[in-house]
Order: sequence, then C-alpha cells, then structure tokens
Amino acid sequence: MQNIPLEYYLILSGIIFIIGAIGMMTRRNAIILFMSIELMLNSVNLSLVAFSSFLGDSAGQVFVFFVMAVAATESAIGLAIIIALFRKKETVYVDEANLLKW
Amino acid sequence: MSVELIIFIILGVLAIASAILTITARHPIVSAMSLVFNFLILAGLYLTLNAQFISVMQVLVYAGAIMVLVIFTLMLLNLSDEEKFKYKFDYRKIIAWMIAGAFVVELIAIFTNPSISSPGISPNSVEIGTAQNIGAELFSNYILPIEIAGILLFGAIVGAMVMAKRKITE
Repeated sequence: MQNIPLEYYLILSGIIFIIGAIGMMTRRNAIILFMSIELMLNSVNLSLVAFSSFLGDSAGQVFVFFVMAVAATESAIGLAIIIALFRKKETVYVDEANLLKW
Repeated sequence: MSVELIIFIILGVLAIASAILTITARHPIVSAMSLVFNFLILAGLYLTLNAQFISVMQVLVYAGAIMVLVIFTLMLLNLSDEEKFKYKFDYRKIIAWMIAGAFVVELIAIFTNPSISSPGISPNSVEIGTAQNIGAELFSNYILPIEIAGILLFGAIVGAMVMAKRKITE
C-alpha cells in the first residue's frame, strides 16, 4: 500500500466535496439536497481517514466515528422534517416552503 | 504502475461517477441507489488505507441504516414526475458554478505547490485501524465525546418521533 500518495486521496475527496456542493446549490428536491450533504460528509471522512493512516494517528478515525453518529442523527431529524413538510404542503421542493420568507 | 494504484484509480473513477449520477439523476430513487454504490466504493477506499473498522462501520451505518431510512422516506412520499418542476431562480446555478470553480482553483493552487511533501503511509496503520484500537481510544481518551454523542442520539430519537407523528388533537 506504499505506492498511493496522500495527495491522490485528498484530490478525490475534494472532487467529491465539490460535486456535493454543486448538488446542494442546484437541486431543489429536499431529499436530493439531503443526499448531497451526505456526499460532502463522506468526502470529509475520506480525507480524515487518509490523514489518520498516513500520519499514524488514530484521532482521525475516531473523528470519523463521531461524524457518522452526527450524520445518523441528522438523517433521522432531516427526514422527519421532510415528512412533516410533505404533510403540510404536499411537496418536498424547498422553493415552495416559503412560510418564513420575508 | 502497481496493483494498488490501479485499484485506487478504478475505485476513484467509480466514486466520482456515482457521485455525479447522484446529483444529476432525475428520479430520486436512482440518486439513492447510486449514493449507496458511492458509499460501498468509499468503504473499499477505506480498506486501501488499512482502516478496517471504519470500512465496516461505513457499510453498516451509511449503506445500511441511513440509506434504508432515505429510501423508506422516498417510498413513503411516492414522488414521481420531477419534470414539471421548473427552476425559478437561474442565478443560483451561476453562483453554484462560481463557488465550485473557486474550490477547483483552490485545489489546483494547493496541490501544484512544490513545497508540499507527501509522507508515506504510516507503518503502524494496520494496528491503528483495528476495532480494538479504535474502541480503546473511544472509551479512554474520548469518553466524554462518546457520552455526548449518546445524548445527541437520544435527543434525535425523541425529536424525530415528535416531528413525524400525526397531530391527534386536530
């Protein structure tokens, strides 16, 4: 495994993060926005694990564990919000949820 | 070109392709399926980094639990035709591409900097990635964060039930 440089993992992580950010800003379906957030969280996890393995420090993998716990929390709460929104407005498009818009 | 590098390139291309399919697919189920694929590919990438425990957790937590929840919600809401939906604001796309371009420029500026030296993978990375080592770290040095994570998960359970339940009084 000595043949893959650290930069390759970081570049791959950056590319996936950019794809997630583009999805976050262009799509309007709340569930796809949610999946874009998961993509970005995963790309950060990849760079954390890469740093952890290359530097020989286990703190990065522990951080990934906590990121996974927070992502599970976020998915439960976010999907509950989406279901509540669908029940109220019959839509999951975030443009149509404009009750608090000034 | 070594075998490890070939495996990394295959996994990387598949990861990028499934990520692009996730944000461009018209039907949300296609997005969810390609996101599951992306998570499995990332579990393979963690294995190339000798992180066994995180790889197993990726498959269990992300590809298992979280995506089951997402697909369950998709089935519950029964979404179909996205084509009738039109983008109301086009300037959002322009801003999105501008921010993405800024990220790309930043990445290129960082990785073409010749002063960055890459260390090799650590010789003790195999011992670091085991469940034994991660568990020992979690329950010794990180005992307070793991308790806080437990409280957070408990709050999330209660909050999700309160928000998703039907109002009985109305």
